[in-house]
Amino acid sequence: MHPLLRLLACAALSTAVIGSACGGGTSEESAAPKPAAAVTNPVDPATASAITGTVTLQGTPPPNPSINMGSDPYCMKLGAATTPVFVVSDDSGLENVFVYVKDGLGNLKFPVPSSPVVLDQKGCSYTPRVFGIQVGQSLDIVNSDETLHNIHALPMANREFNRGQALRGMKYTTTFTAPEVMLPFKCDVHKWMNAWVGVLEHPFYSVSGKAGAFALAGLPPGSYTIEAWHEKLGAQTQQVTIGAKESKKISFVFKV
Amino acid sequence: MLHLFAMLVAATTGLLIFAGGLVTSTESGLSVPDWPNTYGYFMFFFPLEKMVGGIRYEHTHRLIASTVGFLILVLAAWLWRSETRNWVRRLGSIALAAVIAQGILGGITVLWYLPDPISIAHASLAQIVFCLTMTIALVTSPGWKRAYAAKEGTPLRRSGRQGPAPDDRLLQRVAAVTTGLIYLQIVVGATMRHTGAGLAIPDFPLMFGQLIPPHWDPKIAIHFAHRVGAVIVSLAILAATGHVLYHHRSRAELRRPSLLLLVLLATQVTLGALTVLSQKEFIINSLHVVTGASVLVTSLVLTLRAHRSRFAGATGSRGRSYAGSTEEDPAYGLAGDHA
Repeated sequence: MHPLLRLLACAALSTAVIGSACGGGTSEESAAPKPAAAVTNPVDPATASAITGTVTLQGTPPPNPSINMGSDPYCMKLGAATTPVFVVSDDSGLENVFVYVKDGLGNLKFPVPSSPVVLDQKGCSYTPRVFGIQVGQSLDIVNSDETLHNIHALPMANREFNRGQALRGMKYTTTFTAPEVMLPFKCDVHKWMNAWVGVLEHPFYSVSGKAGAFALAGLPPGSYTIEAWHEKLGAQTQQVTIGAKESKKISFVFKV
Repeated sequence: MLHLFAMLVAATTGLLIFAGGLVTSTESGLSVPDWPNTYGYFMFFFPLEKMVGGIRYEHTHRLIASTVGFLILVLAAWLWRSETRNWVRRLGSIALAAVIAQGILGGITVLWYLPDPISIAHASLAQIVFCLTMTIALVTSPGWKRAYAAKEGTPLRRSGRQGPAPDDRLLQRVAAVTTGLIYLQIVVGATMRHTGAGLAIPDFPLMFGQLIPPHWDPKIAIHFAHRVGAVIVSLAILAATGHVLYHHRSRAELRRPSLLLLVLLATQVTLGALTVLSQKEFIINSLHVVTGASVLVTSLVLTLRAHRSRFAGATGSRGRSYAGSTEEDPAYGLAGDHA
């Protein structure tokens, strides 16, 4: 064979070999949900405290980007929509902010809830958009749409997965093995679909709702670092010290 | 007939590269999470009405890829049955092996969530498959078989030449180096695309308003390497085509790919600039990919044609010409090429 053609053949084979040798594969199969660990709740109800408060937005946010759902006739029928990046109430309360205890719980271990968290693909969007879950707690991902979705998790500390749900009513259950704030999900079929989950080893988290309100209840007395995370505006932290049976109010103010 | 079929295979391979470019440009690579099935369906039974969003690009890419794989299988079998030149038959087998490897790389990159090395290898091997199919199309052509000598009875004025392909060693070297540089440039481009460095330098023709980027990170370095590569490749193409147009203007088999190369180069540079300026608009971006592949195979055709006389002497009479003859040309697989 002519040297040029031999070179071409070698290039073909070496490219394939190098490519297949370099990838770091992971199994797509998710671990089956583990049963809740038998840990006694270390919080004494008699001394449990709470941190409540609000998240507000200062300034006028940019308009939420409109979504072009033209790539899927089913989604398009749902009508015009916008990506809910900034959901702000009349009194400037900011929704969809993940507020959690970032530090201060020491080595305390908390039982894993036996009830699953549900992430629904409904109306060609994720419900909820921002949520929390404990390590080891089941996450049920369901498809309530008459179209197909893929649910693609993009973690840093957990195992990546990408599952297809071609039919309405399909469910995929998974768990996370390591704490991670925040872990994003996306649908590669519908590019506008995004969600974020905060994976924690404890139950002290909340997502700001209407008027930006949140509550972290059942905390043992102590000093904590509280973090508030927003998908566009980043994170803020505050130090809070609470005594037994105390309820403390704090507020986070994001600016645009 | 075989030559026509080989050209069809090469053309569909080019189409496949464009479809693959669309998948990456629209970030649809993982919109079908399983492989080789599609959402649990056997690939060819996946309902058309479910081809929505990113699936349209990814699944269409898979369908075209399967078609190309089948066509290359037929081509390899056809060559095996009817081609007398052993090395051409082997080319068919290599193309088949390459397209199978390419399919497996495509599957692995989906199942492993698009790891950069696999995705880059997938993009780079695609170019090799294109080169192989184009090479087969070329070496099965009537022009190649008669060593580009004028057809019997063709007036000299019309054919532009009478003798066989020239044995211009300088052109052979320049063309071969140019083809190699284009391939390297495409690999750098694939690395840039798959590592998300396509807009690491957001302006054009300057870089952050300057001739040299004022700050660096790995993505800027990759992007910068692609721009520098474009300059080097452009100079190499200008050297190769300039040599042809100055020394071999009368040789249509060299002049035509040279002129095409110049047109493709201008198109490719324009598309590269527009890719940056349009913030990677997906059609422009994909056209940049497939035009790059076209530059590569056109340069390969020029290189192989420039080497045509050396093929003719492959069995011991390097440099000899076999003008207008088929029976006496060892490269045709007669005279002991069946071993």
